[in-house]
Amino acid sequence: MLGRGALGPTWGLLLALSVLPRARGVEEEPGGAHGETQGFQVVTFEWHHVQDPYIIALWILVASLAKIGFHLSHKVTSVVPESSLLIVLGLVLGGIVWAADHIASFTLTPTLFFFYLLPPIVLDAGYFMPNRLFFGNLGTILLYAVIGTVWNAATTGLSLYGVFLSGLMGDLDIGLLDFLLFGSLIAAVDPVAVLAVFEEVHVNEVLFIIVFGESLLNDAVTVVLYNVFESFVTLGGDKVTGVDCVKGIVSFFVVSLGGTLVGVVFAFLLSLVTRFTKHVRIIEPGFVFVLSYLSYLTSEMLSLSAILAITFCGICCQKYVKANISEQSATTVRYTMKMLASGAETIIFMFLGISAVDPLIWKWNTAFILLTLVFISVYRAIGVVLQTWILNRYRMVQLEIIDQVVMSYGGLRGAVAYALVVLLDENKVKEKNLFVSTTLIVIFFTVIFQGLTIKPLVQWLKVKRSEQREPKLNEKLHGRAFDHILSAIEDISGQIGHNYLRDKWSNFDRKFLSKILMRRSAQKSRDRILNVFHELNLKDAISYVAEGERRGSLAFIRSPSTDNMVNVDFSTPRPSTVEASVSYLLRENVSAVRLDMQSLEQRRQSVRDTEDMVTHHTLQQYLYKPRQQYKHLYSRHELTADEDEKQDKEIFHRTMRKRLESFKSAKLGVNPHKKAAKLYKRERAQKRRNSSIPNGKLPMVSPLQDFTIKEKDLELSDPEEPPNYDAEEMSGGIEFLANITQDTATDSPSGIDNPVFCPDEDPSILSRVPPWLSPGETVVPSQRARVQIPHSPGNFHRLAPFRVSGKSVDSFLLADGSEEQSYAALPESTHM
Amino acid sequence: MGASHSASEEVRELVGKTGFSSDQIEQLHRRFKQLSGDQPTIRKENFNNVPDLELNPIRSKIVRAFFDNRNLRKGSSGLADEINFEDFLTIMSYFRPIDIAMDEEQVQLCRKEKLRFLFHMYDSDSDGRITLEEYRNVVEELLSGNPHIEKESARSIADGAMMEAASVCVGQMEPDQVYEGITFDDFLKIWQGIDIETKMHVRFLNMETIALCH
Repeated sequence: MLGRGALGPTWGLLLALSVLPRARGVEEEPGGAHGETQGFQVVTFEWHHVQDPYIIALWILVASLAKIGFHLSHKVTSVVPESSLLIVLGLVLGGIVWAADHIASFTLTPTLFFFYLLPPIVLDAGYFMPNRLFFGNLGTILLYAVIGTVWNAATTGLSLYGVFLSGLMGDLDIGLLDFLLFGSLIAAVDPVAVLAVFEEVHVNEVLFIIVFGESLLNDAVTVVLYNVFESFVTLGGDKVTGVDCVKGIVSFFVVSLGGTLVGVVFAFLLSLVTRFTKHVRIIEPGFVFVLSYLSYLTSEMLSLSAILAITFCGICCQKYVKANISEQSATTVRYTMKMLASGAETIIFMFLGISAVDPLIWKWNTAFILLTLVFISVYRAIGVVLQTWILNRYRMVQLEIIDQVVMSYGGLRGAVAYALVVLLDENKVKEKNLFVSTTLIVIFFTVIFQGLTIKPLVQWLKVKRSEQREPKLNEKLHGRAFDHILSAIEDISGQIGHNYLRDKWSNFDRKFLSKILMRRSAQKSRDRILNVFHELNLKDAISYVAEGERRGSLAFIRSPSTDNMVNVDFSTPRPSTVEASVSYLLRENVSAVRLDMQSLEQRRQSVRDTEDMVTHHTLQQYLYKPRQQYKHLYSRHELTADEDEKQDKEIFHRTMRKRLESFKSAKLGVNPHKKAAKLYKRERAQKRRNSSIPNGKLPMVSPLQDFTIKEKDLELSDPEEPPNYDAEEMSGGIEFLANITQDTATDSPSGIDNPVFCPDEDPSILSRVPPWLSPGETVVPSQRARVQIPHSPGNFHRLAPFRVSGKSVDSFLLADGSEEQSYAALPESTHM
Repeated sequence: MGASHSASEEVRELVGKTGFSSDQIEQLHRRFKQLSGDQPTIRKENFNNVPDLELNPIRSKIVRAFFDNRNLRKGSSGLADEINFEDFLTIMSYFRPIDIAMDEEQVQLCRKEKLRFLFHMYDSDSDGRITLEEYRNVVEELLSGNPHIEKESARSIADGAMMEAASVCVGQMEPDQVYEGITFDDFLKIWQGIDIETKMHVRFLNMETIALCH
């Protein structure tokens, strides 16, 4: 998702790092003279002082640069997965280092891997886990993770032992327990490798979550199996009793459930802490990393499953943390996490390659290595098929043959296996080097060969792909409705099903958890649907501004030719000075002919000044944020003023209205200008003729009134009912008149009962009685109003659903046209 | 259920009609009796006895759907006063999962049926069109579970969704064209690409497969 985006921060890192060698170059020259000079030295060269961090930084730099390099050629990266390229690069670099040094000084050590490289990757996976999908498929995932891994370990180990007994492998100092130990460490599907490869393949989300979830959750099994067999090997085969086996099984539950519990506890803490970080926004993102890392270390300390702990920490805290922390912190967390994860992954694969270049670890046994490869592939496939067969009897969404093929083929092994095998004690496991070599071969084979071929395979099998879809409001709403319907159906049919549980959980969450763990303000705005809505609006706002910037000004806002929001008057940000309102009035007069392009052009010339002011105003409104950000002074603890939320809200409101406007104008059809203009002329002619009886002949005005009629009048004001028409017109008109007088008196916007749709500029501008409001002016504004609403009376009933009830929908008319409305209404009421 | 000949005959008939297995029918029948208090029919009030339903924000809409003649395939509008077991099963059968043995056409049909059920729930005045008013109504109810969301936001969300629907279904509109509401065809269009068949289903307990995992 953010794979590419993560390169951004990496870039920053690179830039920072690339300065270093240059600095070093500067240092080196005076350093050469260092041996001869005595006394105080201006500059000294102290390589040993910086050696370790320096080398680490250099390696990171190399890996990151390599990543850039890979992406220079789109062709390569679209065919070969990055992980494979990194391994190959590692092999090359390792070769170079070896050729220069003859010592394999840089290898992937288990400490490095387990303490520093693995946690960010797993945290990233947990924190961005699609929870619903994950828990929806939890049963399946658990089955694959637990039974599948045990199956793989047992069958691989036993089969290898069987072959060993047949003598095919030659002479090896190895026993059954060693084989089982090897089987258990090679059995687990690796989260790092799976993520790296599957992220580029884009299979459908269910398939992805099953393979990925399995790779994460099988850690507990791997840890337990590994520990159990290692201790058995240490004990020696004869001394293993039944009690030890039972202990092993018990320890599986302790390790897995304990790890999960640690994760959940830390997630709770983390959520709670972020609730109170309002005044330390800058270090807010830090909590996320530190606390989740602590969960990892804590469970490692308790010898529980650390991967499970940090995974569940991420999974459980994400909802509350994302709600609590500010938007900026959320972005920071997101990018930092992606950067760390992606960086760690890069380093892991490169170091896997480098580590392989060390003749000391290599011990070749063709039969053993080949058979291992065959067995892990075959047993993986058999295991998947068997388990799927059982699962499909219970699953709603069946896993098809194709899915099973991909799942079998996607069983990639990776760095976890390598780190575990390196951890083995050579004194206890005599054939450690054989195991290490085999593990490396297996990793290289699965990551490079299977990683390379899985994409064509997925294409060839026509596996359902995941589609990147824009979030749709309708989809979210229907989805929500679905949840409720399904849980209701389960309630009614009296079963405790999946939906029932989810429903109960979300009720519990809403009632208790969210109250404890979320800020009050967050509780309010934290609804998924609201989020999507908000997102869409923000996107609109951004594209709106971007569009303006592209055109070099915001003048497009008012130009009819540019986009579809033409004839809705965009002069919302009304100039507030007196002169401005005069020119505004001028424009008012001509706006009637607005659809006529030519006159509009002329018009534009003459109102240039006003235009500028309006543009300025618009800029102020839409470019709120950037302005704020550029303004801030240096402060370590404070980034921006605490007005973010207010701004968000404002932009939200503003864009909401903009959406409505563009929608409306789209629906009202603006693009065929000529036609519209013609239509307009005709109407005007008609209107002139009938101006003496506006009530009947000017029905296009009536909808305007309808907006202002309060909800209770909705049914009444249906234009489709001619008999009631006059009466309701009358009542509407009267009420509106009342509204106007009231408004002018009370200085509040009329007819808007929806805060979301409230005009966002200064209410005083809006509700100020326009100086030009006088009976003599009435004709012009009603003409203008005509441009804004459907062109022929016959259209009205079709807009009805939007309009009759649609105070809010049309409230932009109120927003930017409250004066016009008054004009529109006035003649009617006076005539009646 | 009794072992008498007529009863099993009835069950067999229901199996053919609704596609449930006889075990499932038996299970549902037990539940039906429990809901109706051993009466042959269920009335709206009977649903008040389901405690878990109370928290459901769109509860009234769902209960109503049970009595909707359109869903019961008994007419094009109106509500039934009471429903018998067969009707109950008919409603429940909207939520049957898709059978793996179904061919593409049947799946499409099934999908359409499910969507129709949803559509009917939105289209409360049975005019074949979800108007803005109806949509707002639904959204307000949907979001009523969250006390922090004001009615106004719900309405604006509905408005936004309606706009989205209009832009999805009609695209660029002619000058004097106005979007009047979501018709069923439009509704299908909105749902395009979303596999509802995997979403809209409930696991009906089966005697031989009491499932815990999913």
